[in-house]
Amino acid sequence: MKKMLAAATLALSVSTTGMAFAEPLKIGMITTLSGGGAGLGIDTRDGFMLAIKNAGNKDITVVTEDDAQKPELAVQIADKMIQSDKVDILTGIVWSNLLMAVAPSAVAQGKFYVSTNAAPAALAGANCNKLYFNAAYQNDNLHEAMGEYANKGYKKMFILAPNYPAGKDSLTGFKRYYKGQLAAEVYTQVGQTDYAAEIAQMRASGADGIFTFLPGGMGIAFMKQFAQSGVKIPVMGPGFSFSQDVLPAIGDAAVGAKASGQWAPDFDNAASKKFLADFQKEYNRLPSIYAVQAYDAAQLILSAASKASVKNADAFGAELKKADIQSPRGKFKFNTNQHPIQDIYLTEVVKQNGVITNKTVEKIFADHGDAYAKDCKI
Amino acid sequence: MTLALALEQLLNGLQLGVMLFLMAAGLTLIFGVMGLINLAHGSLYMVGAFACATVAAWTGSFWIGLIASLAAAAAAGAVVELAVIRRLYDRDHLDQVLATFALILMFSEGTRWLFGSFPLYLDIPPLLQGAVALPGGTEYPVYRLAIILAGAIVAFGLYLLISRTRLGMRIRAGESDREMIGALGVDIRTLYTVVFALGAALAGLAGAMVGALQSVQVGMGEPVLILAFVVIVIGGIGSIKGALLGALLVGVTDTMGRFLLPKILALFVAPAQAGMIGGAAASMLIYIVMAVILAVKPRGLFPAAHA
Repeated sequence: MKKMLAAATLALSVSTTGMAFAEPLKIGMITTLSGGGAGLGIDTRDGFMLAIKNAGNKDITVVTEDDAQKPELAVQIADKMIQSDKVDILTGIVWSNLLMAVAPSAVAQGKFYVSTNAAPAALAGANCNKLYFNAAYQNDNLHEAMGEYANKGYKKMFILAPNYPAGKDSLTGFKRYYKGQLAAEVYTQVGQTDYAAEIAQMRASGADGIFTFLPGGMGIAFMKQFAQSGVKIPVMGPGFSFSQDVLPAIGDAAVGAKASGQWAPDFDNAASKKFLADFQKEYNRLPSIYAVQAYDAAQLILSAASKASVKNADAFGAELKKADIQSPRGKFKFNTNQHPIQDIYLTEVVKQNGVITNKTVEKIFADHGDAYAKDCKI
Repeated sequence: MTLALALEQLLNGLQLGVMLFLMAAGLTLIFGVMGLINLAHGSLYMVGAFACATVAAWTGSFWIGLIASLAAAAAAGAVVELAVIRRLYDRDHLDQVLATFALILMFSEGTRWLFGSFPLYLDIPPLLQGAVALPGGTEYPVYRLAIILAGAIVAFGLYLLISRTRLGMRIRAGESDREMIGALGVDIRTLYTVVFALGAALAGLAGAMVGALQSVQVGMGEPVLILAFVVIVIGGIGSIKGALLGALLVGVTDTMGRFLLPKILALFVAPAQAGMIGGAAASMLIYIVMAVILAVKPRGLFPAAHA
């Protein structure tokens, strides 16, 4: 298989920030840069590198490799990064099944893992780890928010997700808060591109709402096919189903869909405005939530690195846990299981000046943690 | 389960089958005539989809995009045949697999380099938007009906081409005895290029039609390629008739499996479990069907005449 090694030595801007620790720090980024999920990985990489570039710290290097959304490849890359590149921190994996293959063994070898997206339930509860941090959410969170939202006005929901760890977390999260009746609970294949059989079931189900968790190309295919089907049931989902990486390809078929997210481009705070302007200037497109999450992951690492040595795991971990950053999301802090406590909003897909994007509607949860933190003993 | 739902799922199965047929026809033709295993067939499907999306975005017309997809995939097929494939006919299948696998990587990275990693936008033409009412009170997307119709036209066209034209005669002759038709003075090299380009054009057409329905992105061809191989193995390698029946069988089995297995399991276990187990079992179903067919008829349903 192809190997992509982009070792980026970043000395682009001259920073005057007083760094207490001018010690080299090496970050290994494993993410999906090819195949159907590449849009998510590229936003992850670009968001992360934006924060690194803004910091201008010459002592920090990032090694990036493509996992092609394959667990076995991700494991090989992680071994190589730990053994021969000697990285201190791993990050960047988008998909929960890949994360489960990499993160437990990385932390067992004494490396930090700071997740930019994937957050399987298995690593948030009893199996949490001092060295494992999640800068994004816990997998269930955005789905829980939609379950809570669906309680207002939806009596019978049709819920659908791909059959992999995050898909199961998704429907579990939705059901944890949703009190109404379920018309059906359907699991599809990961990477499936034709949803005719599922749409036919939706039509016949008598549901008054549809919840789908279909990130990347899966969501594009579903929404386009749904729009053509003549089924008139409202569709909602977590932010991933309608994030900025897929909206241009879905087109007008997405307009009006409700979703949940910890960030949208219209957030009215200084950090969000700066992030949005910097990202558009650097990459000439709108960022997705994956980019925000990765940007915050990099900010967290940078903030800890300026105060402690990564060689001293306890001190570095304690600094990470303080989450001393200005997140575009606004409020951000870590729970006891090192997953975020944050606000979650309802968003709506809108078309503004010809650009299809998300607009914030209302807050669904304030200071929302996750259901697994109580089982975590660290 | 109502009759309307069953009818809709049957149409869905047919539509998937027709799309697989367009892929499998080219694949089986190329294998039958030239004895070549072409893994890069999925890349030609992707070329068709990207050509259609790009040209449709430029001109604002899906139909011009569709013509462009045929032209681009046929041209890409011809170029690949002349530059690479031509050197592989006398090699064994392992070399062919390795070389055409390398082509997949080149096509994928080349496409990413040209178009970027984010999916392209390609929408269904206004004429075929929306849904029509079906008997039984349900509705069905016009576009999917159009794909079924297009597939039927292509299948009939291929039948005429192969049974009624001089080119078809040569293709059939090439399938039965490659050396002999060369010895009889037929320009076999040109014939190979034409057959390869024809197979590529069919894959490109499938890519463009499906691209409007799904997402136009790098790597979109590989999952379809795997199914297309299942189809030609079931149908009998080298047989167009086998490809058609195999494609319809796989399309209907896959759709019905995804739909019925979770429902059947739900009679025995909790709905969430049924969905999960049924979904997983449905994804295996076509391979089980393939295994059963191969156990009974090791060379597929319609084995081609030659050894």
